[in-house]
Amino acid sequence: MPTTLIRKFLNYMSESKKKYGIQWWILIIGLVIILFVTLTALFPGFFAPYSADNMEAGKQLTGPSSQNILGTDNLGRDVFSRIIYGSKTILGVAFIAALISSLIGVPLGLISGFVGGLFDKILSLIMDSIFSFPGLILAIALAAMLGPGIVNITGAVAVIYIPQYFRQVRGQTLSLKEEVFVEAGRAIGASKFRLLRKYIFPNVLATIVVIFSLNIADAIMTEAALSYLGLGLPAGIPDWGRDIAMGKKYLASGYWWIITFPGVAIVTLTLGFTMVGESLSELLNPKLRDK
Amino acid sequence: MKRILKYFTIRLLLTIPMIFILLTLIFFVLRVMPADPVKSMLGAHAPKRVIEQKRKELGLDKPVYSQYWDYLKQLARFDLGDSMIMKQKVITPIKEKLPATLELIIFGLILALTLGVFLGSYGANNRGTKTDTTIRLYGLVVFCIPAYWMGLMLQLIFGIWLDWLPIAGRTGSRVLVANFNNTGFYLIDTLMAGNFTAFFDVLTHLALPALTLALILSGIFVRLTRANMLDVLNNDYILAARARGLSERKVVYKHALKNTLVPILTMLGMQFALLIANAVLTETTFSWPGMARLLVKRIHLRDYPTVQGIIILIAVMVSLSSLIVDLVYAWIDPRVKY
Amino acid sequence: MMKNIIEIKNLSIDYPIYVGTVKAVRNVSMKIKKGEVIGLVGESGCGKSTLGLSLLNMVRAPGKIINGEILYNNTNILDIPYKELLKLRGHNISMIFQNPLNSLNPLYKVSEQFVETIQSHKPKIKKKKALEMAEEMFEKLGIEKSRLYEYPHQMSGGMRQRIMIGIALILNPDLIIADEPTTSLDVIVEAQFVDFLRNLKDKFDVSIMVITHNLGLVAELADRIAVMYGGKIIERGEVEKIYHNPMHEYTKGLISCIPNVKAEQKKLVTMPGAPPDLINPPSGCRFSPRCPKAMDICYEKLPELKTYDGHEVACWLYETEKENS
Ligand SMILES: Nc1ncnc2c1ncn2[C@@H]1O[C@H](COP(=O)(O)OP(=O)(O)O)[C@@H](O)[C@H]1O
Ligand code: SF4
Ligand SMILES: [Mg+2]
Repeated sequence: MPTTLIRKFLNYMSESKKKYGIQWWILIIGLVIILFVTLTALFPGFFAPYSADNMEAGKQLTGPSSQNILGTDNLGRDVFSRIIYGSKTILGVAFIAALISSLIGVPLGLISGFVGGLFDKILSLIMDSIFSFPGLILAIALAAMLGPGIVNITGAVAVIYIPQYFRQVRGQTLSLKEEVFVEAGRAIGASKFRLLRKYIFPNVLATIVVIFSLNIADAIMTEAALSYLGLGLPAGIPDWGRDIAMGKKYLASGYWWIITFPGVAIVTLTLGFTMVGESLSELLNPKLRDK
Repeated sequence: MKRILKYFTIRLLLTIPMIFILLTLIFFVLRVMPADPVKSMLGAHAPKRVIEQKRKELGLDKPVYSQYWDYLKQLARFDLGDSMIMKQKVITPIKEKLPATLELIIFGLILALTLGVFLGSYGANNRGTKTDTTIRLYGLVVFCIPAYWMGLMLQLIFGIWLDWLPIAGRTGSRVLVANFNNTGFYLIDTLMAGNFTAFFDVLTHLALPALTLALILSGIFVRLTRANMLDVLNNDYILAARARGLSERKVVYKHALKNTLVPILTMLGMQFALLIANAVLTETTFSWPGMARLLVKRIHLRDYPTVQGIIILIAVMVSLSSLIVDLVYAWIDPRVKY
Repeated sequence: MMKNIIEIKNLSIDYPIYVGTVKAVRNVSMKIKKGEVIGLVGESGCGKSTLGLSLLNMVRAPGKIINGEILYNNTNILDIPYKELLKLRGHNISMIFQNPLNSLNPLYKVSEQFVETIQSHKPKIKKKKALEMAEEMFEKLGIEKSRLYEYPHQMSGGMRQRIMIGIALILNPDLIIADEPTTSLDVIVEAQFVDFLRNLKDKFDVSIMVITHNLGLVAELADRIAVMYGGKIIERGEVEKIYHNPMHEYTKGLISCIPNVKAEQKKLVTMPGAPPDLINPPSGCRFSPRCPKAMDICYEKLPELKTYDGHEVACWLYETEKENS
């Protein structure tokens, strides 16, 4: 019954809202932002009035109007449409980069924490070194050397976030492997792989989800920054960061809309993932809940 | 004192593997990657013979591991080597640009801390009010703003619309830096020369980039301060201090704030990476002639030795900053023993 | 007749919170005489700390004093300006708290915390003189002088609690409120501390209000005892009377909960049933849901505090007896 389902859902929502207070709202708002941007990324044609590279002669650098609600850029392209098409780029790169980071960082953290010994020491040292170094600078170096290209940029962004997963997962694995239930698993003769997969991994999953969300937020910032510095994607792919770098030249003449709106888009999307990550981390950790 | 010294030495030695790892990583990333510095130097259509010649000159014809070994030997002599592109030592432009970056970072950090700690403690002391909610929101949103965009928005508002502040460079055209240059910190240089017009000029140029950096970083400090202050305010010693008749100002700014700063300080070391990353973006946006901008430029030019040199320097700075944080920590908190 | 130092009249305190209003203190009246030790006893959550803090007008947010007066030297301290209030705190009325390990700021030396207290009330006193005063206090309390210049973390809990008393006494207050002063000390230190408090009465001319959930503790210390339940005082009288002839069913329960003195460990014997919900307190006698002798009227009307030969109690059992006879 769809109506009862909806009623149940609404009930659940209002109860949770009472229980968790402001964190609940932060989570919901974050999710709504993410959902909306995901939709524009998947179906840009539905939302954008023009295509991303539709240049209209004589319409360069016009301010926001009924035809171009966010104005046009120096080539006469519709800023709003470029933002819509650009969402696909940035969301795609950030999401895939975060996925790659987690797929490398999580298993390494699990194994390193579980196995211990010299392997763990060396790996931790390497990860800590990368972690303490400014990620953006590492990404700049990687991106510059790899050259433009969507795969290269995604890779460069992915590398710098591996240590985050590694450190958190390793730390939790270290303490989890001393727990009684893991000991119990060992006692009944579970293999190491099984112990990791069935006993430890489910317990670090919550942390991974939180990091993943915050990671995407950060990766969005990094991708946009690389593009802004001219180290991002090849020209031709609509990209928020590069649009800001392009619009920079026209700022002094007062054409503010070219840079303002892509910036607002970056902030909003980053905010969405940050809100989800942070509220999840607080909702999952009752000690921190009402700060 | 002896123990602190011992601790200091051990910490210093521990940073060596970290720098070594980063250095190795960057070395191989730079050398293994497809981009060729010689081609970018001489142009893609230079004759093969000339290219070969140049490669030999730069030692690029040797196998990578032997290049690596040579580089390590060079570093052990505290020598960062020569630039591949310019006829200069790697250290030369770094020395020249470092003060600009430090001036920006230090100024920005002080502003950020002041703003963040003030707003954070205000929020914590007025928990649950509308102002507090606004402050929390500020902390969250500012954290999600890219530094360059913040910089551009400030340029737009204060530089272009209001026309109050300059938006590029460290000095105006009428101020001859050469007359003052001696520490490289223009604020100090102009002040020492007693030239207040120049000092003011330097200050106005510093204003927007420093503010950009400060606003971006203040988000973190607001959040850290607020959360820690709330913890601290729950302690009995705060209640006890009030019960002794101390004024609210003394309770908050003497007793609560100092205790709040301890955990913030320990996290300051970690924020250093964030500071550097945002400095890169800020310098680029404001044409600030600092290290970060140098790095981006040299990366584009594929000047390996200079890029490596800068990265090593940043790694050293990261380690140093966490070392300093530890020392200050031991100094404020009597419970810490090394 | 000894002079009253404090007179509380009809005091009520609320904590308005998200889910409702916590009625933490209700219509409490109380007198504290000069030089006496009064024990305020009751289960945790019954409003003792709130009442104690109100004597410094320091109820924690979001707490509000909604009604009543607290007279000190015939002035209502709830009315005086903030500056005057600051002068009162730590100078005329001092308070010490439950957790000595956390009552001194870990980042400042003990000496500093003495000096700031003295100087905030007597700005003319130089630091050197203030330190002398503190050293003198240490001597009186039987603590080595050199310890004054240590950090709190270098001392034991018992020592720190004595130091808290020292800071509280340094400006010769009329009243010290000690909120659960021994709860976080272990049994042996607790016994020592109780001795210490008893000696204090002889050395200093100060009234003490000891707040505790442990009736046994105040039995050794106090001259008078007031028993609180659900934000109200339900029984009050001389210590012997309360101890040997308790009238209220709740007090009787508390006495049966006093841990055996010989027992090595602090055993917590608890009474059956839960303390009342102060957001929606039971109508009638607050104790009625747990009272073995509850009658019909107990569920309907709140009994008032009435005096029966110098011993006050709020319970229908006695009123009905009188009415019947
Ligand atoms: N800051 C506060 N905010 C909300 N409720 C409080 C606060 N402090 C105390 N209370 C409530 O007031 C009642 C009395 O608390 P308290 O005076 O601390 O009792 P006691 O000291 O007897 O344990 C309790 O129900 C408690 O939950
Ligand atoms: S009034 Fe009634 S319920 Fe309350 S204590 Fe007396 S007998 Fe028990
Ligand atoms: Mg209490």
